[in-house]
Amino acid sequence: MSVLVRDDGFHAEDFDGLAVELAPTTAPEEIAALVANAGLVAVRFDSFADGRGFTLGRLVRTAGYTGRLRARGPLIADQYAMARRAGFDEVEIPAEIAARQSEADWRARADWQAHDYRKRLGYKGCDSLLA
Amino acid sequence: MYQHNAFDQAFLRNRNTQFRAQVERRLSGSLTEDEFKPLRLMNGVYLQLHAYMLRAAIPYGTLSADQMRVLAEVAERWDRGYGHFTTRQNIQFNWVALTDIPDILDHMETVGLHAIQTSGNCIRNTTTDALAGAAADEIADPRPYAELIRQWSTDHAEFQFLPRKFKIAITGSPDDRAAIAAHDVGLQLVEQGGEIGFRVLVGGGLGRTPMLAQELRPFLPSAELLPYLEAILSAYNLAGRRDNKYKARIKITVFEHGIDTFRQAVEDQFARIRPAYTGEDQQLLAEIAAQFTLPDLRENMAEYDATTRKVDPLYAAWAAQAVSAHKRADHASVTVALKVAGEEPGDASADQMRALADIAARYGYNELRITHSQNVVLPHVAREDLPAVHAALLRAGLAAANMGKLSDIIACPGMDYCALATARSIPLAQEIAQHFQTIGLEDEIGALNLKISGCINACGHHHLGHIGILGLDRAGAENYQITIGGHEGDSTHPAAIGEKMGPGFAYEAVVPALERLLRAYLELRNGAEETFLEAVRRLGLAPFRAALYAEVSDAA
Repeated sequence: MSVLVRDDGFHAEDFDGLAVELAPTTAPEEIAALVANAGLVAVRFDSFADGRGFTLGRLVRTAGYTGRLRARGPLIADQYAMARRAGFDEVEIPAEIAARQSEADWRARADWQAHDYRKRLGYKGCDSLLA
Repeated sequence: MYQHNAFDQAFLRNRNTQFRAQVERRLSGSLTEDEFKPLRLMNGVYLQLHAYMLRAAIPYGTLSADQMRVLAEVAERWDRGYGHFTTRQNIQFNWVALTDIPDILDHMETVGLHAIQTSGNCIRNTTTDALAGAAADEIADPRPYAELIRQWSTDHAEFQFLPRKFKIAITGSPDDRAAIAAHDVGLQLVEQGGEIGFRVLVGGGLGRTPMLAQELRPFLPSAELLPYLEAILSAYNLAGRRDNKYKARIKITVFEHGIDTFRQAVEDQFARIRPAYTGEDQQLLAEIAAQFTLPDLRENMAEYDATTRKVDPLYAAWAAQAVSAHKRADHASVTVALKVAGEEPGDASADQMRALADIAARYGYNELRITHSQNVVLPHVAREDLPAVHAALLRAGLAAANMGKLSDIIACPGMDYCALATARSIPLAQEIAQHFQTIGLEDEIGALNLKISGCINACGHHHLGHIGILGLDRAGAENYQITIGGHEGDSTHPAAIGEKMGPGFAYEAVVPALERLLRAYLELRNGAEETFLEAVRRLGLAPFRAALYAEVSDAA
């Protein structure tokens, strides 16, 4: 069983529909076609140390996808703000990580919109990239 | 100098609070050692051979006198009374306790210092010319751009878990004093039709596979710097290898895909990213640039420098090496050598740091720079004050006049500190410096750039030394390979990687081999005007190889 993390804390799975999973090796030019009809797009992280998913998340937004976008894999609480800034709505973590890293650890990073240098430099964020 | 504003201060405090919590969560088990490792690295904390090491950032090598005093205090309160200035314009404290580090970071924050992204697989401290803003040959001051890159890259959401570390260097002068061709991205400020922009290089690096960077764009308008860097990093983040850490640097990505394919990937990303930047960064850049104006340089009796040189030979010898031209003729820049023969290259004691801070406060408009050659620069000194600066440096034991000569050696920490090293580098540097000063050949040999790395990762940049020494482990014994002809690149000659001469030498055979090599140079050169590197270019490697191995073949 995995656990969903959003700004307000832990949740059980609550999506039922057409989900598309993108592997870390997904080529940028393939993304638009893959996500076109999805109800949820999950970008897979095979390891927390593999940061490809953060760029892929942004590219899913750049491709025009406005739906629910999820980072799926063994991320750590310290990466929550990175995932949100890269365009993800939520993170899906394995139960083992949720047991070790408390809901409070994750909620401590719910302030992901604060102290953002790139926003201050005029980067409009992923929402502005929507076609 | 750039002063941290309310945003920077709030950011740093928040970041330090996060790191304090991360240390606590490691101790409580919430974070595993594997999970904690990249978090401590992106906050400058390494696990070394004997202890934790804290690497503090000196952004683009610039320090105020107050900041230098705080570094001295850190060395005294939490380390063993000294710090080590590195080739990446940082300072390392080699003997700190992990649980003290949050307090050290809080203390550094009071003067705007930090250790963010000095390690780890993220964008590191941007380096630049130590004479930036003072040099007479500058197209534009690179520091405002380096500060802009610092802000953009700090805690960048996409690039904290790259395939490998990522280093950017900028030069504002045609005479590249920042070794940009040896960086993941090298930026050279250029002017085209009255517009300032960048020549962008990519894929340089030393390490076990030394490569010089290739040109990605001949001219990038300066306003497009951030989205273009973001495009390069995005392309690398996706394409860089993650199966083998030795093949994970961008130089390998560019090499394996080819520069044209990589350029296309960057341009594709750039088209996506460019619209997301509103241009507000250019307003911030203007505000940043306004903080890098020259200090209010005072009128002074500049001729006192020249008259003192005539009557004081000790001062004249020092000034000939240490003093360089400034934009304004009645001022000068002073290089202070941290390469005293017998001492560890780049090391400074707390007392020396404080002496430097005092000299900077009294004579140097409060400014100090750390160079990538591990020396310290006072960028602005009134010429009238140069004799007083020399006297103060003499009292602090910092008046060596060996800049650019043989004993101005760049050396990595080597096996005395580093867990990766396969051989000693600091003791070898000490022995070489002392030997050539003792036999009195250093001044006769003149300009020579000697660099030592204690393992194949090449932190001592040996590939770019006129003479490079690489220490390896051969069946349990230290063995040193010698390369010749490396060069960091300047306006007349592009950067070059030195050529390996042949079989390595045992530790105790290195100094005699160097002496044979350099005596051969003294015999072969076209007078004292021809430097070692120029002689190598004119004559080729053969006579120098023969001299290096003369002893060996005699015995055989």
